[in-house]
Amino acid sequence: MIQPVVLWSDALLFVLIAAIVALTLWARRQDALRAAWGRVLKDGMAMAAATVLAVFVLIGLLDSLHYRARLPAQPGAEARYAVEVHSALDALLSDLRQRGEKTYSAPLATHLFAREALENSTQREFPRLQHGGAHLGADLSGHEFDIAVRVSRGCAGGLVIWLLLVSAWCRWRGVAVVEMLKVGAGGPAIRPVFLTLLPILLLFGIAIAVGGGYHVFGTDKVGQDVLYLSLKSIRTGLLIGTLTTLVMLPLAVLLGILAGYVGGWVDDLIQYLYTTLSSIPGVLLIAAAVLMMQVIIDTHPEWFATSAERADARLLALCLILGMTSWTGVARLLRGETLKLRELEFVQAAQAFGVGRFAIMRRHILPNLMHIVLIALVMDFSGLVLAEAVLSYVGVGVDPTTISFGTMINTARMELAREPMVWWSLAAAFSFMFALVLAANLFADAVRDAFDPRASA
Amino acid sequence: MLAYIIRRLLYAIPILIGVNLLTFALFFVVNTPDDMARMQLGVKRVTPEAIQKWKAERGYDQPLVWNSAAAGTATVTETIFFSKSVRMFVGDFGRADDGRDIAREIATRMGPSLAIAVPTFVLGLFVAISFALLLVFFRATALDISGVVLCVAMMSISGLFYIIGGQWLVSKVWHLVPISGYSGGVDAAKFLILPVIIGVIGGIGASTRWYRTIFLEEITRDYVRTARAKGLPERVVLFRHVLRNALIPILTGVVVVIPTLFMGSLLTESFFGIPGLGSYTIDAINAQDFAVVRSMVFIGSVLYIVGLLLTDLSYTLADPRVRLQ
Repeated sequence: MIQPVVLWSDALLFVLIAAIVALTLWARRQDALRAAWGRVLKDGMAMAAATVLAVFVLIGLLDSLHYRARLPAQPGAEARYAVEVHSALDALLSDLRQRGEKTYSAPLATHLFAREALENSTQREFPRLQHGGAHLGADLSGHEFDIAVRVSRGCAGGLVIWLLLVSAWCRWRGVAVVEMLKVGAGGPAIRPVFLTLLPILLLFGIAIAVGGGYHVFGTDKVGQDVLYLSLKSIRTGLLIGTLTTLVMLPLAVLLGILAGYVGGWVDDLIQYLYTTLSSIPGVLLIAAAVLMMQVIIDTHPEWFATSAERADARLLALCLILGMTSWTGVARLLRGETLKLRELEFVQAAQAFGVGRFAIMRRHILPNLMHIVLIALVMDFSGLVLAEAVLSYVGVGVDPTTISFGTMINTARMELAREPMVWWSLAAAFSFMFALVLAANLFADAVRDAFDPRASA
Repeated sequence: MLAYIIRRLLYAIPILIGVNLLTFALFFVVNTPDDMARMQLGVKRVTPEAIQKWKAERGYDQPLVWNSAAAGTATVTETIFFSKSVRMFVGDFGRADDGRDIAREIATRMGPSLAIAVPTFVLGLFVAISFALLLVFFRATALDISGVVLCVAMMSISGLFYIIGGQWLVSKVWHLVPISGYSGGVDAAKFLILPVIIGVIGGIGASTRWYRTIFLEEITRDYVRTARAKGLPERVVLFRHVLRNALIPILTGVVVVIPTLFMGSLLTESFFGIPGLGSYTIDAINAQDFAVVRSMVFIGSVLYIVGLLLTDLSYTLADPRVRLQ
């Protein structure tokens, strides 16, 4: 039926997920790590943030299962596939994707945003939307009532699903529902998870119920549903936030430890390298590198079979560039920490036993630096998601055809001068971004508090 | 002291050479000038003559690093590397695509950039430190906790939102100040006040939290306990003792930024239409004016290195125990 397509970024994302799962299984058997993660699990705020993040990650993963649909073909002829690459999320949201309007329309509107000359009329009117509120027919008196009904229906649906989830969980764990929702029960903080899930499910219910008949967040300039664009942007944000760190970590860890442990000219060389790189202002270095990357991509159109592949390559290149420019800070931190560790007794004992240099670095230094690596990883995420929007504004972000918060804001910005203002694209992009970044920041704080030995004081 | 400064300045030279080589590699080796010409001219107008003309206009028609056609020292000087990269050391940045001299452009645009960056920086520093001290004074109370939550929330909002939201609210709804633009003299104030306030608000979350951590770390020290044991009121402990001792970690992060204030702010300047270096850089990036971007990269790193040097020097002022040698 369909032809699966694995873009490079999809593959990397799945490798990343697999690595996280493997690391979780491994960490469960390490006492110190289990204790630290246990502190995170007991932290209500962290668990609530993790729930929000998990929802975002789920949407991002659904959006990473790409395929090309099969075109209706003559019987007997060879199967042919569509040029556009879609994802599982597109399939789920095919209603939203296909019900485009002509141009701007406000959230929940039934008419277009701008007047247009109608065919059999001399006056300029607001034309009816093709899809938004189409089920109402000619009589618009029931517009508000219809929305209210849909909202309450969505709330009811969300509530039912939430109750099902809660009761299923309680039956599985063998606790009473009332018991679970009490404050201060021992073990991992499950209560905040369910309390966070409730509003999320309610919002989902409302979005589905209202989105069936209207454009919840309105439509943009070319009539695309803004809710659909916002959901699609999540994947881009997640990719930039995670893959960038993935790119930079090996480099930062290797060079940081080498500089700190080996010392001598190796240290000088590595220090020179990162001082030089970090002395160039970040945005400018990124801008210069992205400009050059654009030239390469534009002069080699033959490398990419589809436009999706080209956009994907550009996204990956952006992650690579961001990674290359941001490893210096972590490398410096790791070098300093290695310098301290090198003088400790257990390292000197290992040296006295004749353990080789690289074995010491791998077995004694590296495990003691992992908390810094982890903290850097979670702390950088939110900054990178925010940076994407800024870079897209500067014109050195993702490919203009890639849907991202940055491209959404960038296109909506042009319409700010319009009277009355077209505010909904901006509002949607900013609120989704705020939810993602806030959750990431809160989670990162909890992880840092749990893993940083200094913070426990 | 003087010997230290000289040594540090000498140390800066290899770094600047490294930056120079890096930008040269990025702009001329990764992509040949032919590639750049093809991209800028567009698909339709690419002919060998057009490429030659484009390169000749910009002085890119010389060999990269070695001109075998020339004689004597000209084998080195009549090359792209020498004319475009080495000459940046003496302040010759060449011409932008619109034919203007980049060095002069930078000199005239520095004023507006500073007019925005300096007040933002000073005010931001003052507000953030005051807030952090307030939170530390009321530490572990509801005020402290809600303050920290507010900081995290403010950190999580995109900087673009502050600018767009501020412009909309203050200029469009309240009509208090013009939405964008710039003029010289006293008149500039009405154009500058909004960007400065937005800049301060946008940076407040992250910096307040950072200063709060520094103060909290300082407050666990022995000398603080001694001061309290002497019976000093908490107010005096905080302002007289903790604030002064926390200066060292604060200086590390703050002084290094001062020289880069010259570069201006990319976002603020372009949103508010201020003719500074930030908007100059953005316009150059959008127009793919490689010469300007290259110059700004170089200037940026020079200023950063100056910042590092100033940081070291400021330690001696803040902490008499630090001796530079």
